[in-house]
Amino acid sequence: MTEITHYSQVWAHRTPRKRLFMWLGWLALVALFVWCWQVMTENTIWAFVADAPRQAADIGGRMMPPRLSYLPELMVPLWDTINIATLGTLGGVIMAVPVAFMAARNTTPSQHILRPIALFIIVASRSINSLIWALLLVAIIGPGILAGIVAIALRSIGFVGKLLYEAIEETDARQIEAVQATGASPAQVVSYGIVPQVMPAFWGISVFRWDINIRESTILGLVGAGGIGLKLQASLNVLAWPQVTMILILILGTVVLSEWVSARVRHAII
Amino acid sequence: MDWARVAAGLERGQRFVMGFLSPDFASRWTDIRQGLIESLTMTLTSTVVGVLISVPIGIGAARNLAPRAVYYLCRGIIAVSRALQEIIIAIFLVAMFGFGPFAGFLTLSFATIGFIAKLLADDIEEIEEAQAEAIRATGASWGQLVNYAIQPQVMPRLIGLSLYRLDINFRESAVIGIVGAGGIGATLNTAIDRYEYDSAGAILLIIIGIVMVAEYGSSYLRKFLQ
Repeated sequence: MTEITHYSQVWAHRTPRKRLFMWLGWLALVALFVWCWQVMTENTIWAFVADAPRQAADIGGRMMPPRLSYLPELMVPLWDTINIATLGTLGGVIMAVPVAFMAARNTTPSQHILRPIALFIIVASRSINSLIWALLLVAIIGPGILAGIVAIALRSIGFVGKLLYEAIEETDARQIEAVQATGASPAQVVSYGIVPQVMPAFWGISVFRWDINIRESTILGLVGAGGIGLKLQASLNVLAWPQVTMILILILGTVVLSEWVSARVRHAII
Repeated sequence: MDWARVAAGLERGQRFVMGFLSPDFASRWTDIRQGLIESLTMTLTSTVVGVLISVPIGIGAARNLAPRAVYYLCRGIIAVSRALQEIIIAIFLVAMFGFGPFAGFLTLSFATIGFIAKLLADDIEEIEEAQAEAIRATGASWGQLVNYAIQPQVMPRLIGLSLYRLDINFRESAVIGIVGAGGIGATLNTAIDRYEYDSAGAILLIIIGIVMVAEYGSSYLRKFLQ
């Protein structure tokens, strides 16, 4: 009896063919990265890049200490910012609900016409950032809070609509069937079979979006759509760095606070 | 509220809608192309660099792998990166590094770190402990533990997250151009400032198209990889 001392095949996790493909895939990624890097840095002025740490130290030095006396002036813009976020969320949610019902496979009135339109609305709203919406709206309805509110609302449609229609599609079909079996009209099916099931998800999504909107509305002022971003832009333009620090601290505080509020509310709902 | 201003703007809004419906790709094509190339290259490089940096930070921010001091340091980095808006970072980086896509690249890389590192760390904390235990029982060192117990469990999700971030970075690259960090946003801003709504409509349609392609492409790729 001879013992097997030599294995012709060593066990490996993947076949050689697969390994070759993976290796080629990574190589392609690296090559693409290098090429993109070359294209991107074509016009970069490296002297500025080398100079950056000194610039950073310079700006940092000017930013300290924050100008506390500027704080009272910021309270009205901050209130505007919160209003923009809240009213914008409200408007966005109101518009998103019908879109979500049209986009959900189980509630859409017409599979081939309305559903693709609703899906396109969702994608279009999601792929354009609220700052770009604001840029357009400032040109159309003029600078001010209204442009900010509409921008936030338009941007929220996609987010709320997408999450809500996924929640509607995941509803329990048995409950809906039970309501249908009682001879309910389609409207009754929606209000007794679907709405109670998606209500917690709906509130969770809305509060989550409100939290995101607070973040986004702080910078809308950069393009003239009102709120605290307007003050930030003004301070940046006159290079008043201590004021910029003060504004950034305030924004950071607001964001942390809103995140805390939204986490508490979502925790209470779910 | 100035309703007269709104009424005056409605006419402009109508012109914008008209421009959107009859987009003009041709007359500003060289500018649009330049902006798109900047945006796309910026997106790819920043995602790759951001992911490479966030892997060690993500490992450091996982409580089951890192010592306490490292854990707090890495969680601190993540918190800072997540709390600051991309636009605000872009303003500072443009001031430091000058105008152009390089500042945009740095902004997006910085934002990527907070996103990927946080989700990676949360993922590592939720791995199946039994597999890590088994590897540890063979007398593996810390490096071997990460390589053979953690990496196979989180790799599919890391790839999925990276693709998702690629998608987000492209969308963001369209925005940070407004403050001077290069990319298609700069072109868009110029087009709107010059009231060339047909060109602006064309740019927006291109952005929407690319985002749609990226979304479907990345979800297909994720399914393929799993």
